[in-house]
Amino acid sequence: MNTGIETSSKKIRRTYNKKWLPYLLVSPYLIFVIIFVVFPVLFCFFLTFNKWNIISPMKFIGIDNYSRLFHDRLFWKAIGNTVKFLLLHIPLQLIVSLLLAYLLNQKIKAASFFRASFFMPVIVSGVVVTILWQQLLGFDFGLINKMLMGVGITKIGWLVDPDVAIYSIAVMATWKNVGLYVILFLVGLQTVPTQYYEAAKMEGATRWQQFYHITLPMINPTIFMVVILSTIGGFSLFIEPYIMTGGGPLNTTLSAVLYIYKQAFQYYNMGYSATLGFFYAIMIMTVVILQKKIIEKEV
Amino acid sequence: MKKQKLSVKRILMYAALLIAAITFIYPFVWMIGASLAPLHEIGTMTLWPAHPSLENFRSMISKIPIGRSLINSLLVALFTTSFVLITGSTVGYALAKMQFKGRQLIFYVIVFTMSLPFQITLIPNYITMVNLHLVDTYFALIIPFAVSAFAILMFRQAFQGLPQALIDAARLDGCSEMGIVFRILWPNIKPTLVTVAILSFIGSWNEVLWPLIVIRNEQLMTMPQLVTLFAVGGRADSQLGVKIAAAVLLALPVMIAFLFFQKHFIQSMASTGLKD
Repeated sequence: MNTGIETSSKKIRRTYNKKWLPYLLVSPYLIFVIIFVVFPVLFCFFLTFNKWNIISPMKFIGIDNYSRLFHDRLFWKAIGNTVKFLLLHIPLQLIVSLLLAYLLNQKIKAASFFRASFFMPVIVSGVVVTILWQQLLGFDFGLINKMLMGVGITKIGWLVDPDVAIYSIAVMATWKNVGLYVILFLVGLQTVPTQYYEAAKMEGATRWQQFYHITLPMINPTIFMVVILSTIGGFSLFIEPYIMTGGGPLNTTLSAVLYIYKQAFQYYNMGYSATLGFFYAIMIMTVVILQKKIIEKEV
Repeated sequence: MKKQKLSVKRILMYAALLIAAITFIYPFVWMIGASLAPLHEIGTMTLWPAHPSLENFRSMISKIPIGRSLINSLLVALFTTSFVLITGSTVGYALAKMQFKGRQLIFYVIVFTMSLPFQITLIPNYITMVNLHLVDTYFALIIPFAVSAFAILMFRQAFQGLPQALIDAARLDGCSEMGIVFRILWPNIKPTLVTVAILSFIGSWNEVLWPLIVIRNEQLMTMPQLVTLFAVGGRADSQLGVKIAAAVLLALPVMIAFLFFQKHFIQSMASTGLKD
C-alpha cells in the first residue's frame, strides 16, 4: 500500500497534481453506493410493478401490487402492531432513561457501575435478549408469572394473550435499549450550566420546578433525538417477534419487517414484498421528516 | 435536621438505582446459571444450580456447528471492520482534505443514504447476491457492509480537525497519499478509530436479519443466525437448557469485551446518537 521513502520529489508532485486522485479515493464509496443503494432503490421500484418468484420469469402486472397492498389486511395489521409497539415503547423509553440519567447525574457514587449495568443489554445481541425474555415471560414456567403466583396474582399471558403480547415485546425492547438513551441524556444533562440551578434555588424553586423549567427545556434536543432514534428502531422490529412469537398470537405481534420477510422468503413473492418494502420505507421517511419538522418548530 | 433529610433522599436514590441495576443484570446472571443447570432446575429463580454441569454445552456442540459459527462470526466481523476502517478513512480523507468538483454533492449523498431505511434495499440486495452467485459465501456477509456512510462521516470530521501542515510535511518527505492516511493521520485520530472499530464489529457481530436471508448452509452461518434458527426451528424445543447455553455462548464474547473496554463501548455507542 505504501511505497515509502524512496519516492523522489518529482513523484510527489506527480501524485499530488493528479486531478483524479480525490476521485480515486472516493471511488470505492461511489461504486458501493451504485451497487447497494442506487441500483436497489431503482430495482425495488421496478419490482413493484412485477410478479416474480425468482425462479420463473418476471411478469409485468401494472399496479396490481399496490392495490393488493392497500387491501392487504395483514399488512395494515402489521403496521398497526408496529404503531402500538411505538406508542408504549417511546414514552416508556423516554421516562425510564431520563429518570435513570437524572439519578446518575446527582453526584452518585459508583456511577460507572450503574452506567455499565444499564448498558449491558445494549451491546448484547437481540437474539440473546429475546431468548432470555422468553424464559422470563413464559406462561406456565416463566419467572415473572412464578413471581406473580408467589404473591397471589393470577398468571398473565405475556406472550400468548393477543391483547398483551405486543406490549410485552415493547417493554423488552425498552429494557434492551434504555441504557443507550441514559448515556445520551446524561450528556445532555451535563450541558445544563449549574449556575441556572443555583439561581433557581436562590429564588426558592423546588426540585420539580427546577426540573420542569430549567432541565426539560435545556435537554429538548436530546428528547427529540431519542424519539427519532426509537422511532427508526421500532419500525425495524424483526428478530424479537421472529424468535418469540413468530408473529402470533393471531398475528398481533407480526411486525411490518417480519411480514416483508415472510412474503419474500416464505412465499417467494419478490415483487409484492418489494412493494411492501418500498411503501414502508417511504412511510418511515415521512414519519421521521414530520417529527423533525415538529422539532424545528418547537426548538 | 436538614442533613438527615438529605441523606434519606440519597438512600432512596441509591435504592432506585440499585433496583434498576438488578433489573438489568439479574437476567444475565440467571441465564449463565441456567445454562449450567440440568433441565429440572431451570425455571427457578435461583442463580446458581445445585448440580452444575456442562451437559447443556456438550449437547449443543453435538447438535449444531456452534464452534464453526463462532469462527464464521469472528471472520466476518473482523473483515467487515477492516474494510470499514480502510474505506471510511480514505473516503473521509478525500472529503476532508482535498478540493475537487462534486465534493459537496458526495457529502450530501452520504448523509442521504444514512437516512434511507434499509427496508427498501433489502429485497433488491438479496437479488443482487443471487445474481452475483454470492449466496452462501462469506462475501455476501461482508461486502454489503464493507463501506459505511457513518464511518466516512466520522473520519471526515476527525481529519478536518487535523492541521494541513501535517499532510504538507509528509508530502514533502515523499510520503504517498495512502501513507499519509494510514501512517501519519491514523495515529492522530485513535479515538475515532476505536469508535468506528467497536461500532462496526458489534454491528456485524449482532447482525441477524441479513445472514438469515443470504446464508442457507449451516456451515457458513453466523452465530446469531445459527442460534436463532436453533431457537425457532424446533430442534431446541424440549431442551431449554441447550437453547440458553447457545444464548450464553453468543453473549459471552461481547460481554467480556465490554467488561474490559466499558468506557470505549459506551462512548462509541453514544456517538451514533450524538453525531446527528
